[in-house]
Amino acid sequence: MADENPAKPFYSVLVLAFVCSALVAGAAVGLRPMQEANKLLDRKKHILYAAGLYDDSKTIEEMFAPIKTRVVDLESGQFVEDGSIDGGGDFNQVKSALTKDLGRTIPGDEDIAKLHRIEKYSLVYLVMDGGQVKQVVLPVRGKGLWSTMYAYVSLAGDMSTIRGVSFYEHGETPGLGGEIENRRWQQGWVDKKIYDQSETVKLSFAKGKAAATGEAASYMIDGLSGATLTTKGVEKLMKFWFGDHGFKPFIENMSKKESTNG
Amino acid sequence: MAETKTELLSRSIFKRNPIALLVLGICSALAVTGQMNTALVMSICVTFVVSFSSLTISIVRYQIPNSVRIGIQITVIATLVIIVDQLLKAFLFDLSKQLSIYVGLIITNCIVMGRAEGFAMSNPPVPSFIDGIGNGMGYGFILMSVAFIRELLGSGSLFGYEVLQLTTNGGWYLRNSFLVLPASAFFLIALLIWLLRTIDPSQQEEN
Repeated sequence: MADENPAKPFYSVLVLAFVCSALVAGAAVGLRPMQEANKLLDRKKHILYAAGLYDDSKTIEEMFAPIKTRVVDLESGQFVEDGSIDGGGDFNQVKSALTKDLGRTIPGDEDIAKLHRIEKYSLVYLVMDGGQVKQVVLPVRGKGLWSTMYAYVSLAGDMSTIRGVSFYEHGETPGLGGEIENRRWQQGWVDKKIYDQSETVKLSFAKGKAAATGEAASYMIDGLSGATLTTKGVEKLMKFWFGDHGFKPFIENMSKKESTNG
Repeated sequence: MAETKTELLSRSIFKRNPIALLVLGICSALAVTGQMNTALVMSICVTFVVSFSSLTISIVRYQIPNSVRIGIQITVIATLVIIVDQLLKAFLFDLSKQLSIYVGLIITNCIVMGRAEGFAMSNPPVPSFIDGIGNGMGYGFILMSVAFIRELLGSGSLFGYEVLQLTTNGGWYLRNSFLVLPASAFFLIALLIWLLRTIDPSQQEEN
């Protein structure tokens, strides 16, 4: 190595760079379809958790069969025709909030979930049973203490009673705020009501244990001990997504349909 | 350097453990030891990367110009790490979600670079490969020990199976919140180093 040719470092690095980039590109392109499929399956799993339909013995596709994916215009609350927004399954809702055409900025004082921008169209998942909508699973998100928390919330046919919830992505402190993943705590959401008679969001989180009886009990969920700010974040994201900027127009629409259909 | 192959393999676990003796690679040892599952997968990934990067570098060691050797080593390591990361995302999605950025950070794991520069550059391919596996296992040994304590006392479970029922799940065991946090691994690794150096005083540094 004593009398090294000065050109040698250049071409050995070039050869190496070519070989390595070919390997990396090959792995990335070759494995992409499987990775995308995994991501989709993971989402579906959490939608099923939220709807309370998850069952270890069945495949996810099997369990997902009665669920219809639709796109909703958040402002009008109407369903969008399939295919008018690119691809129901591949539509990346969170990313679309950042684009000019499919997203908009939320006015500062109304931005309680601290998202800055929100999409105009959202995916919703309808759990069907013999032509009737049994549950509606809605994707929600909002800032906790450290991170944006992503969840699915499932509503019963009356569009106010929670059937289940599943947080699928967050970066809260493990053991404290991270307990939003705890299925036991999530159980506490079941059968709680979001709206009161006057159609405002009344759902709230207690400090510690929620009252078991009394008038307010059906609107109260246990807070997470040691995670006040995360709990606040969850409360705010619920308030936001079930308010006028979120799914409220859609929910009103669905309830109307319900009553006219008998 | 007339070490047999078994010696090469085993010396990195106790006698020359990369974390305990050389104190390399502790950054990831803090981050992924909250659960035994993630620690195991991380150990396997590191073993894979360090053994194959040592093998590759050792094969081409006469072709590597001295002036750019570190760059070449890093490129080889980075390539392997990206491939491992992509494979995890394709086949073990749940685990890759938990390991998140730490697989990518194997690139900066000093053990991998250390073995490439310190051993593979001056040794034939087969011993380099075995040395890589040994170091990966040494790293894994410490990781699993730390993860065992952290998961058992911090989350009340082992490999995700509940052993001590937590109060948050309606049980009796009040979790040790400190052990859930990555910083606790500092203390555990320090205790392990103390233990290893008490058993084998030759590891102690001279004053």
